[in-house]
Amino acid sequence: MIHFVLLISRQGKVRLTKWYSPYSQKERTKVIRELSGMILTRGPKLCNFVEWRGYKVVYKRYASLYFCMCIDQEDNELEVLEIIHHFVEILDRYFGSVCELDLIFNFHKAYYILDELVIAGELQESSKKTVARLIAAQDSLVEAAKEEASSLSNIIAQATK
Amino acid sequence: MNPFSSGTRLRDMIRAIRACKTAAEERGVVRKECAAIRASISENDPDYRHRNLAKLMFIHMLGYPTHFGQMECLKLIASPGFPEKRIGYLGLMLLLDERQEVLMLVTNSIKQDLNHTNQYIVGLALCALGNICSAEMARDLAPEIERLLQFRDPNIRKKAALCSIRIIKKVPDLAENFVNPVAALLKEKHHGVLITGVQLCADLCKVSAEALEYFRKTCTDGLVKVLKDVANSPYAPEYDISGISDPFLHIRLLKVLRVLGQGDADASDSMNDILAQVATKTESNKNAGNAILYECVETIMNIEDNGGLRVLAINILGRFLSNRDNNIRYVALNMLMRAIAVDSKAVQRHRATILECVKDSDPSIRKRALDLVCLLVNETNVKPLTKELTEHLEVSDPEFKGDLTAKICSIVEKFSHEKIWYIDQMLKVLSEAGNYVKDEVWHALIVVITNASDLHGYAVRSLYRAVQKARDQETLFRVAVWCIGEYGEMLVNNFGRLDIEEPTTVTESDAVDVLETSIKIHSCDLTSQAMCLIALLKLSSRFPACSQRINNIIGQYKGSFVLELQQRATEFNSIIERHQNMRSSLAERMPVLDEATFSGRRAGSVPAAVSTSQGVSVNLPNGSAKLSTAHVADLLDLSLDDAPAPSSSGGEFLQDLLGVNLMPVSLQPGHIYCVLYESFRMLFLNYNSDPHIFSFSPYYWYLLTNANQAQKRGSDVLLDLLSIGTPPAQSSPSTPQVLSSNTDNRSPLDILDRLSTPSAPSAQVSSTGGNSSMLDLLNGLPSSPPTSEGNGPAHSSVTAFESSSLRLTFNISKQPGNPQMTLIDGSFTNKSQDVFTDFIFQAAVPKFLQLQLDPASGNSLPANGNGSITQKLRITNSQHGKKSLVMRIRISYKVNNKDVLEEGQVSNFPRDL
Repeated sequence: MIHFVLLISRQGKVRLTKWYSPYSQKERTKVIRELSGMILTRGPKLCNFVEWRGYKVVYKRYASLYFCMCIDQEDNELEVLEIIHHFVEILDRYFGSVCELDLIFNFHKAYYILDELVIAGELQESSKKTVARLIAAQDSLVEAAKEEASSLSNIIAQATK
Repeated sequence: MNPFSSGTRLRDMIRAIRACKTAAEERGVVRKECAAIRASISENDPDYRHRNLAKLMFIHMLGYPTHFGQMECLKLIASPGFPEKRIGYLGLMLLLDERQEVLMLVTNSIKQDLNHTNQYIVGLALCALGNICSAEMARDLAPEIERLLQFRDPNIRKKAALCSIRIIKKVPDLAENFVNPVAALLKEKHHGVLITGVQLCADLCKVSAEALEYFRKTCTDGLVKVLKDVANSPYAPEYDISGISDPFLHIRLLKVLRVLGQGDADASDSMNDILAQVATKTESNKNAGNAILYECVETIMNIEDNGGLRVLAINILGRFLSNRDNNIRYVALNMLMRAIAVDSKAVQRHRATILECVKDSDPSIRKRALDLVCLLVNETNVKPLTKELTEHLEVSDPEFKGDLTAKICSIVEKFSHEKIWYIDQMLKVLSEAGNYVKDEVWHALIVVITNASDLHGYAVRSLYRAVQKARDQETLFRVAVWCIGEYGEMLVNNFGRLDIEEPTTVTESDAVDVLETSIKIHSCDLTSQAMCLIALLKLSSRFPACSQRINNIIGQYKGSFVLELQQRATEFNSIIERHQNMRSSLAERMPVLDEATFSGRRAGSVPAAVSTSQGVSVNLPNGSAKLSTAHVADLLDLSLDDAPAPSSSGGEFLQDLLGVNLMPVSLQPGHIYCVLYESFRMLFLNYNSDPHIFSFSPYYWYLLTNANQAQKRGSDVLLDLLSIGTPPAQSSPSTPQVLSSNTDNRSPLDILDRLSTPSAPSAQVSSTGGNSSMLDLLNGLPSSPPTSEGNGPAHSSVTAFESSSLRLTFNISKQPGNPQMTLIDGSFTNKSQDVFTDFIFQAAVPKFLQLQLDPASGNSLPANGNGSITQKLRITNSQHGKKSLVMRIRISYKVNNKDVLEEGQVSNFPRDL
């Protein structure tokens, strides 16, 4: 199972964290610090796995961002690399060639996408299309609610004029 | 006005934070935002809740505390609209984890949402539950999840399946409820549902043996068919990854088949064909294909044996291992580790390639490969493998050397049938990476060398040569110094030269040269310097011709600012100059160190002595704190509990006491030294694993051997002895080091005092100056030799302990017919003006005695001797007639609510008890 997902920029800034196993706030900070120290310093040609506290952390760098997932010893590292790539492709499709700034200003959307992809540390969906469809459907629900709210407030504004 | 556009928007806040140039500036912005959010929260304004929480999540991600937003999540979740719920659930998952009690408050909202008519809201609730549910929530909501496993929309079914995984992990008892719905999921066509259903099936099998049995019987064939279909499915753009249809599903199916096939020949049989197909047909030029092959190999290795498939699997691993992609090589090594249990021969074939991986530039691969190599080592290949590894030590990265040396050492130790080979290998390791080895490693080497009596000469000569070449390797140097000190003469006279050795001529002064130059080079390391001094002392007796030169070298350290060195230099200087007659016996060779005790000790068995050590800290850069008076007294008390016993059996009783088999007993001063030496080593080693403490002991054994002899020789030795200790204290009392050495010098007096006059309160001595304590001592010694009182009748009374405030009298009697048993009536009298409360008496005896302590008559002792506490003791002496009684006591009580502790040793028992 995936214990946590981290997105760290090359400068060591955290862009997304998702914890599927219980870690206290203190532990989280420590984990992030430890791992960014280990991963960001690794050379480009080395393998994408580091062993850490009896777990394995699979990471892959896309542009300025490192996508890291922590898994159990006996899990399939190569598959996790595919999951990371899967996630990146969905992000890419959603944002239209995603960049770090998209993930900063729309961090909540990145989380929504991850939630459609992984639950309880296990992969949920292997179809990018399905994930995109589900996210779009929920986004339109939000949009509809917003419009309703703004039209409501317009009506109120007109009535109280 | 639009409620989503007033105040700072999320985007603006993020911009403001990003614009900050320093961490302090960022903290300022965050603080301001948090204050605004708090204010907004306390106004309870529902319009901004949404945005506040989004901001808080961002702030949380930066690592700031956001607990005050937790209740906002709950409110958002409880609100009716989808947008509020969506952000509320996201906040819940980010800001909380399963251990927070707030989570219990949300159970009801989640339950309602699980029954919501909007399937997206059901999806949100399932997602949150799957990510953070606690055991209680799992119990409460399991029925809802079970129902949702049959929901009409597949996207809900897949979420419910993953949620169930979390539930059965939290509460395995619930597993049986999920078995039937899962069996239905496995027949579905929707990939999302299949993936999650298969995963749930595998997890159910792990927590419940019944579920495993059920799925094995009813679903194995179905799952094999699903895998067949996926593997043979035509191109499907939705699931295609580099030419393979849904590798994720492939992998999960292979995983569940592994669980089902493990330990069941029939199930394994039914999946052979498809496994063979996957193993042979899967493209291996892309990562996705390799991921499947990797999983397939693992499944083949774990299900019941099928020779053909295993060959296939091992071949795949061989291909992986020679792949140029580091990831593939890493997983190959990983898998070979697991395959070694199944087919070690096949893995051995790849030894050369694996060994190459140890030299890889990637630390992850190196570590895997090194672990694997250690598993591959056996009797036949240990020599070439060790050779390879040690050769690699020369070129490996510094950070890898630690791991590598540790592994080499453990291999060498495990397979060391020939000591000479072991010594050779260890020398190589130490010469290459001596600064990276742990203390245990070089300690072990010393132990092995002392035990290989025919190799002493060889070892010292090899070390001599090695240390010439690699003088900067600290541990190598220490071993060399130790050996030169012990076996220095073999270095010079080539004693026991082996045929393989190249002849060397080392003169006596060459040997001294090594130490002299090194002690200067190694000026940074106290331990090595201290060891050098000991070695020099030993050499001064081995090489009388160099004695004067050695004395000069040692003399230079009399002015050392490091107390430890100064003290040693002064002592050794005196020994060389003034105690020629004793020197050779003092500098005798160490007895053979017992391998069993050493390895036992390393394994963590701690002798009984531990309890009395109070924070033994020896590894200090400056030796001053090392041996406080009390400490040494304690220590010596411990090892010399029965020192006043008949001195002819001195060696024996100490051995006895320490429980160590040291050597054939014939009592010489050197041997007493050895025993003490060993005892100190034990004491210190256990806590520090640092045998340089060995070298502390000469000072004390010196005192002690003399103390032992004092009874024979009279007090002149003692006077001599004291003259060694005191002069430096008097000559230059200005520097603080010397002052503290002064206090240190008192400690042996204290010891002697305790030895000879056990009833004197130790405080008295340690508070007086050097000279007066000497007088004290000399007064004390003749007055109370422990044997002098021992001529009394069998029924007698002794004052066992007396201090300024307390007296303890023992009335001793014997039971007729049981000579080993002694009955003692202890009676305590309070000599002070104050009442003693909470009075507790404790006693300890050496191993050969057994002590039974009856309850005391009371725990408060009236003042001015107006009454007493009595307590009965029964002692059984298993060495009756050979050894007399001896006892350590400790008395604690309260005076005016202040704790007082008095300790002492009772050794004035009548003889023959």
